[in-house]
Amino acid sequence: MQLKPIISPEQAVEKIKPNDRVMIGGFMATGSPLNVINHLVDLGTGELNIICTDTGYADKGIGQLISSKQAKSVKASHIGLNPETGRQMNTGELEVELIPQGTLAERIRCGGAGMGGFLTKTGLGTMVEEGKQKVTVEGEEYLLELPLTADVALVKASIVDKAGNCIFNKTTKNFNPLMATAAQLVIVEAEQVVEVGDVEADRFTLPGTFVDFIVAV
Amino acid sequence: MDKQALRNRIVKRVAEELKPGSLVNLGIGMPTLVANHVSDDMGILFQSENGMIGIGRDAVTDDNLDVDITNAGGQPVSTVPEVSYFDSSLSFAIIRGGHVDSTVLGALEVDAEGNLANWIIPGKMVPGMGGAMDLVTGAKQVIIAMEHCNKNGEPKILQRCNLPLTAKGQVNLIVTEMAVIEVTENGLLLTEIAVDTTVEQVIKATGAELKIASDLKTFGEIE
Repeated sequence: MQLKPIISPEQAVEKIKPNDRVMIGGFMATGSPLNVINHLVDLGTGELNIICTDTGYADKGIGQLISSKQAKSVKASHIGLNPETGRQMNTGELEVELIPQGTLAERIRCGGAGMGGFLTKTGLGTMVEEGKQKVTVEGEEYLLELPLTADVALVKASIVDKAGNCIFNKTTKNFNPLMATAAQLVIVEAEQVVEVGDVEADRFTLPGTFVDFIVAV
Repeated sequence: MDKQALRNRIVKRVAEELKPGSLVNLGIGMPTLVANHVSDDMGILFQSENGMIGIGRDAVTDDNLDVDITNAGGQPVSTVPEVSYFDSSLSFAIIRGGHVDSTVLGALEVDAEGNLANWIIPGKMVPGMGGAMDLVTGAKQVIIAMEHCNKNGEPKILQRCNLPLTAKGQVNLIVTEMAVIEVTENGLLLTEIAVDTTVEQVIKATGAELKIASDLKTFGEIE
């Protein structure tokens, strides 16, 4: 049976190195791997290139990594509810690239699915189109958006079996299953770890093949 | 008119635009209040771009709180019985794919060509676009719900937006406390004015040329 190693949050964050591109799941901290994030803050690795949909709150979730200055760059769709991100961006401490949320999701999906990119109308006629190739298909203009991958993905699942198969409850799904496909090293923080066979296999929406390590909390 | 009455008037009027049986996405802030004016028998479903269709209108209490169910503002929400959940990729397939019938958003500026600016004030406020660019591009109907002027009393409806755009030429309807304005191929058409204003006052508070509908109506009866 192919089982995945179960490690502690301390062991998990030691696998993350300065300058790594780190995708972190969650949406305004819902479905974020909060335990792993807390330990990453404590370890103080720093110089991280974070990819996430939002920088959460200054004191919860991904925002804690910003507040404790662990990030040198952030790619995100929204930073408005964490004033610290904006402050560090304005002082030049943090490089921020804002990406439309749907484009961010699809770029990550492309990265994980071996696609060379995708065409979208989102961003046409706005600052988002700057420096991007425009492609006309059957008379319609689109922006070419390129795939996004990472060195590490830190995701959170509600139930994970020991083979790494994942269930994400309700709105905790968000970017978690996408990011798990697009990184070299995938660490899943499990709310609950179960034996293989304890949950009906049909309920899993992310195959364990994408998961390298399980963090039990 | 106090802020709450003014907002109520706007969102109540916006709610009249929503079609029975449609799928609607409400932006953060004032647009979320639109849901309070939609009756259950209309069968309207509300999407939240973080991954659900079927936000309920019941308040969240200790009894129905589920920390795994939040909206795009990160706040816990209730659900309707037919709720469904999905990841961000499918959520934006729904949005970009034209499956959302109407979206209601706020604006910093909106203009005579249906251009919208609502995601950045360079050097001052950079919240990011979140899902707004995808929503405005993909939804069949884009309704702007906002106060007619900014806090300095300056028009937010302009001939051309000055701020960086969220999307080009996508806005269909603008609803403010003073007016209902359609974006047409020939510019802005004033179709309704509030009961407590005049066409002259609306024109004065608007930074773009307004055509006046021949059958101009009134809205916003004071209750």
